[in-house]
Amino acid sequence: MNWFRFFRRSAWDDERARELEAHLAIEVDENVARGMTLRDARDAARRKLGNTTRIREEIYRMNTVGVLDTIWQDVRYAARLLRLNPVFAVVAIASLALGVGANTAIFQLLDAVRLRALPVSHPEQLVEIKIAGSGREGWFSGNHAILTNALWERIRDRQGAFSGVFAWSTPNFELSSGGESRRAQGLWVSGDFFRTLDVHPFIGRLLTTADDARGCPAPPVVISHGFWQREYGGSPSALGRSLTIDGHAYDIVGVMPAGFFGVEVGREIDVAVPLCAEPFSLGSRSALDRKDAWFLGAIGRLKPGWSLARASAHLDALSPAMIAETLPNYRPEEEKKYLSFRLTAVPAGQGVSNLRQEYEAPLWLLLATTVLVLLIACANLANLMLARAATREREIAVRLALGASRFRVMRQLLAESVLIAAAGAGIGAWLAQVLSRILVAALTTQNSRVFVDVTGDWRVFTFVALLASGACIVVGLVPAVRATATSPGAAMKAGSRGSTDTRQRQGLRRVLVVAQVALSLVLVVGALLFVRTFRNLMTLDAGFSRDHLFVASLDLRRAGMPEDRLRLANADLLERLRAAGVDGAAQVRNVPMGNSFSNREIVVDGVVRTENVNYNSISDHYFSTMRSALLAGRDFDRRDSAAAPRVAIVTQSFARVFFNGANPIGRTFQLDQPPGTPRPSFEIVGLARDSKYGDMRDPFEPLMYVPVAQDDLSPLSVRLLIRSYAGAASVLSSVTALARDIHPASVVSVRTMESQLTDGLLRERLMATLSGFFGLLAALIATIGLYGVVSYSVARRRNEIGIRMALGADRRQVVRMVMREAGMLLAVGLAVGAISALALARSAQSLLFGLPPHDPLTLITAATGLAAIAAVASYVPARRASQLEPTEALREE
Amino acid sequence: MILQTLVLGAAHGHSIAYAIEHRSEDVLQVEHGSLYPALHRLENRGWISSFWGTSENNRRARYYRLTPAGKKQLAAQTSRWDEIVRAVNRILRPIET
Repeated sequence: MNWFRFFRRSAWDDERARELEAHLAIEVDENVARGMTLRDARDAARRKLGNTTRIREEIYRMNTVGVLDTIWQDVRYAARLLRLNPVFAVVAIASLALGVGANTAIFQLLDAVRLRALPVSHPEQLVEIKIAGSGREGWFSGNHAILTNALWERIRDRQGAFSGVFAWSTPNFELSSGGESRRAQGLWVSGDFFRTLDVHPFIGRLLTTADDARGCPAPPVVISHGFWQREYGGSPSALGRSLTIDGHAYDIVGVMPAGFFGVEVGREIDVAVPLCAEPFSLGSRSALDRKDAWFLGAIGRLKPGWSLARASAHLDALSPAMIAETLPNYRPEEEKKYLSFRLTAVPAGQGVSNLRQEYEAPLWLLLATTVLVLLIACANLANLMLARAATREREIAVRLALGASRFRVMRQLLAESVLIAAAGAGIGAWLAQVLSRILVAALTTQNSRVFVDVTGDWRVFTFVALLASGACIVVGLVPAVRATATSPGAAMKAGSRGSTDTRQRQGLRRVLVVAQVALSLVLVVGALLFVRTFRNLMTLDAGFSRDHLFVASLDLRRAGMPEDRLRLANADLLERLRAAGVDGAAQVRNVPMGNSFSNREIVVDGVVRTENVNYNSISDHYFSTMRSALLAGRDFDRRDSAAAPRVAIVTQSFARVFFNGANPIGRTFQLDQPPGTPRPSFEIVGLARDSKYGDMRDPFEPLMYVPVAQDDLSPLSVRLLIRSYAGAASVLSSVTALARDIHPASVVSVRTMESQLTDGLLRERLMATLSGFFGLLAALIATIGLYGVVSYSVARRRNEIGIRMALGADRRQVVRMVMREAGMLLAVGLAVGAISALALARSAQSLLFGLPPHDPLTLITAATGLAAIAAVASYVPARRASQLEPTEALREE
Repeated sequence: MILQTLVLGAAHGHSIAYAIEHRSEDVLQVEHGSLYPALHRLENRGWISSFWGTSENNRRARYYRLTPAGKKQLAAQTSRWDEIVRAVNRILRPIET
């Protein structure tokens, strides 16, 4: 076998043909010379030579590997068939591509969020240090608030289980020094962060323990690769430049490697700062020395030979001393709880992740959804292939009769589905990249930029290959086996009707359609559940009016003014804002649904109550700005200054829980304090409507408001709620201008309340959108499948219909007959689907809001909708059947 | 046998066929049809090479000629054939006593 000749075998064959022609010519000449007539000469020559085609075939076969050649033949034939049926080819490839692409995209995301290990060396050696025991009290900040600094420092100094251990926190930094806000997602890291993770700098150097000494004389920072590209264009001159973070200047000493995001999966980071520099950002609010400030996570790398259990036991043994030493100033019950805490170790090879917590369940559900969609698409394709194979029955019968082996014919039929599967998988893989990027972008909100590495890897590639092969087998194998199972004789005898329209043969196609309808119902029910959940949440009464409401944040850390002057300046700012013509402006400590919350424990009539009371401080005009009228009593005003007696406004739930619904105006309560501290007493002066506080999904809880002037709120960070019918840009410019008058170095950011609320509902919105899209897609595909089967059935029964009409059946009866058959399929499919939907819906329960998973209204709506479009889909061919001319139908064989 | 006929020089397929027939005095009737696959096989093995030329009656025909490797092969094959003939002869003819 000569490879050169293999690739030129058709040219070689042409030459052979010419050579044989020449041979014949010479022979003819000689025969003529011997005295034969031209005709006899030619005949004699041909007889002598034999069958030229067979000679050529024999030589051709020597030039090729048999299997390769026949496979190539099959592929070319299949390609030609597909080209002759472009609509079918496009529909088939498109539906497979969409199915494979959607599945791969979601799987990629799941893989990155859930399954993949951290991109560091030996992630399996990493363990996280956590507290076993619940009921931590105090001040929490950051995405992963597990330990206090006091505990961390002792762990760092005394542990013996880890070759390296580090702590981190996740602040968001302000890079702007005045005017509009420019945020960066950052990390505070202890000295051993990079060394323990075994990460090497892209350029420059990374932070070391020498950089993390208390006091931090000249703290360096390292920036991420992405930040470096965006802000400094990837230029090496970035090293040594100064970066202002929260008003303090730092030197850039290095760039982290590309793709490194720390240990929190899904959170993009821009800059890492040594932990000792935390006081530069928080000033008097620094958490480093507060024993009840929880803001750090800690991870260590196990020493060689140490197991997780051993490390956990080691930490447990160290705990009692460390806990006792770091006891904060608590009330007795809190003290008892704290002293019962122990340290423990859990695996951390996959990092920690809020993204994972929030989105793991939805992503698995979405994966199940896309798998179902792919199954439906494959069932559709299988049906189509069955129909096509049926029309080719005669051709196949002829081939079998001529001696083709059954395997050979099957291979040719399979070639078509292999081609479709390969094309679909290829396009699907590309589509997956696009969809992944869109998904990751959709997960990014204003407050948190998401970074998920969704480049493909071997796992994803295997997944795609498995999907494609599975689809190929489902779609191609069954029809191929079916089609070649008929004996050629029977096929020829049956004429154009074919022998595949016997009851049993139609059976498989009907089963497929029933399965499609059932699966579609499940998906449509799921989609409706999520859409209704989202709608429920969006239209939920938050306790205030949400439109044209803006949230403005002022960062005054660089104002350089003493705190009491700042308080006055803030009040002045509010006055000016109101004078500038906005419809309402008020200051608030915790913006509703704004990611910061406070709560208190109160004492009523001498009894310390355990119910949670949410806590907020507001300026005057808060309720008018929120369009939430007071139900009784009065709003805060100038009377309620810092020196005046303490007052509070409470909500309906507060009155309900603590005063049994009676009018609370005039009553008093106290805040519980640690022993030795006097309890402040509040007089209730107003009753407000219930308001949602931290999360829209939580029910209304008791809420107390105090005046800003009487709160211990730091005036460095000011949050304003502004009601204005002008646009966001004009609000931003007004606030910025006014703020600059008062504090030249103030940094302002403005967003709408509506966008903040929808960000909080991002997960539900995504689920509703995606499941809605897939539900529609599934319904569409199932309808097309039903249409196809009904049309085919009608086409095959033309004869029968002709006879019926000739015998007197009118058009309506024909339509009814066809619809009844379709209706049967639909009914069975819907029944199976309904049962499956009820069974499967329970798995989605945690993601629903406001309706139970077995909600009957949803089920009925979905079934009715599906039935309606299916009815239309089967009416069209039914009508076509009824318009047959009986004589034409009868004439057809 | 094909190699032998080419010893005297290049020839095209048709003349090779007739050469074998005539040399064997028509004892060996070569089926012309099996000639060309055999030629192809020999060419694959590199013992003959081919080129297009003009035949006696001014027709285009494909000519074959021996390559050096082919010449070596011929010598080896002929000696092998002689060996076989001698062996068969020794068995078939009774030993002269």
